[in-house]
Amino acid sequence: MMPYMEIGYLIGSVSFVLGLKMMGQPDSARKGNLVAAFGMAVAVIAALFFTSKGFHVISNLQYIVAAIVAGTVIGTLMAKRVQMTAMPEMVSLFNGMGGLSAALISIIEWRHLLHTSGSPEAMDQTAALPIGMYIPIMAGLIIGTISFVGSIVAWGKLNGKIGDFRFPSQQIINAVVLVAILGVAYINYGEFNATHSSLYFFVTIGLAIVYGLLFVFPIGGADMPVVISLLNSFTGVAAACGGFLYQNKVMLMGGVLVGSAGTILTVVMCKAMNRSLMNVLIGMAGGNGGGSTTSATGGSVREVQATDVAVMMKYASKVIIVPGYGLAVAQAQHVCHELENLLEAEGVDVKYAIHPVAGRMPGHMNVLLAESNVDYDKLIEMEHINPEFATTDVVLVVGANDVVNPAAKTDPSSPIYGMPILDVDQAKQIIVLKRSMKAGYAGIENELFFHPKCGMLFGDAKASLQKLVNEVKAL
Amino acid sequence: MEYIQAIIDLIAQYEQQNTLNLIYLVVLMIFVGIELISHVPSVLHTPLMSGANAIHGVVLIGAIIVMGNASPDDTLSLVFGTLAVFVGTLNVIGGFVVTDRMLEMFKKKPKGEKVS
Repeated sequence: MMPYMEIGYLIGSVSFVLGLKMMGQPDSARKGNLVAAFGMAVAVIAALFFTSKGFHVISNLQYIVAAIVAGTVIGTLMAKRVQMTAMPEMVSLFNGMGGLSAALISIIEWRHLLHTSGSPEAMDQTAALPIGMYIPIMAGLIIGTISFVGSIVAWGKLNGKIGDFRFPSQQIINAVVLVAILGVAYINYGEFNATHSSLYFFVTIGLAIVYGLLFVFPIGGADMPVVISLLNSFTGVAAACGGFLYQNKVMLMGGVLVGSAGTILTVVMCKAMNRSLMNVLIGMAGGNGGGSTTSATGGSVREVQATDVAVMMKYASKVIIVPGYGLAVAQAQHVCHELENLLEAEGVDVKYAIHPVAGRMPGHMNVLLAESNVDYDKLIEMEHINPEFATTDVVLVVGANDVVNPAAKTDPSSPIYGMPILDVDQAKQIIVLKRSMKAGYAGIENELFFHPKCGMLFGDAKASLQKLVNEVKAL
Repeated sequence: MEYIQAIIDLIAQYEQQNTLNLIYLVVLMIFVGIELISHVPSVLHTPLMSGANAIHGVVLIGAIIVMGNASPDDTLSLVFGTLAVFVGTLNVIGGFVVTDRMLEMFKKKPKGEKVS
């Protein structure tokens, strides 16, 4: 007999690795995603219709199929309808769903365990609880719950529904809660019997929910991508726990793969912002060090008019646009592309400078600008664009702040000190489109705005760009 | 000593259950994951995170197995299991579709022009 189930799982596992590998290259990325999706489909079919003994339709198929159909329809609709700017919170929401699934599996398996080894007949043998099963069940439960709750909070934060929330000695309380979770889970193992352990089990769930809340609440909006990436790897680990429980290799491989890849991705993102992971988790951004830079500048801000900027750009030979989160918020990517086209038609060389952490997620700007059909080759990464600023006539900073803050280079007391930035001050003219003089996500002043070469064009990014487009057309 | 004994017992139990080779698998996959992500341009970080997000939707398989084991008169397990399958599917489908939408935009223009 052919081991169809094993073959299905093998195809699934291999395509996950292959798909993730292909997603690491711009040219093959989309295909890679499809390869992984195909592998997932094969693995699901294998789970539904085969056991290790051969063809066997799974019990309760009607409920499973109904749930899969409902999930497919709703998932597709949600994913198709979401605005490009809202992509990060969508990813967070779907991530939470995976965590919830893992937690639910653990709850059911726990009940199962109670009914089999905790039944009155087996009561006297307390050692009957197989620790090999207990650990993956509890780990899946705890990690899955934290990931679910954390992702929902992250989703709410990116939506703007939930604000930052800090209270004193939060780190200590977090640590205490974490220790309590492990403690209760440990006691639960020792006290395993039908009456008490359910109580401990629910306490564990409750504490995990509390921890999930405390974990994400204090973290600032700009650090959300890092947190989502971390929660993503948590869910991976939760899925891997299921793999241990069922000795299921495709779950194990997929889960661990995401767990490790997600962790590395998190670290890479932190590095791009020159923050340590610890620093992000404690929620250090904001508050700190805000005072030192404010008075140091002493200059005044120069406000400019759209007409002047339009003239400046039209007769420039090279313009670099630096997009930031303000562009995303204002949905200004299409107008931005229009401006780019107009200038190109006038013979101006237009490029985009993409900072690794511009926006709310690494690569956020690329996705956004690609949506409005900006040529992929025009999006230049920081290392490659920085030498070009010296030969640039006009730099147009659209809703970016911290990624162009020279304090990262000059002021050791600044919280972003050491973060690589775009060297826009090398250019001949700097124009900053900004709603107000409000500080960026790091909560610090930007002395670039006081630079003699820098002009400020206040207003919503989309409205300002539209004005520029009109002015350039009118010239 | 008690703890060391407990760990030894655990490993022995895993060996009995044939789970030990799964631990080897875990270690190897950790290295594969690190290797895959380490040299990726930052442009692709968001789609990659989203793609990885879809892949851990493999937890859906676990939800399906749970449902397969649930007895038809165990209502609570069936309700929770169906919910687990549903949210697992959301994770998988939503994850892959969102990733596809992101990556769709990375197509280079010149290629498109040649085709049309």
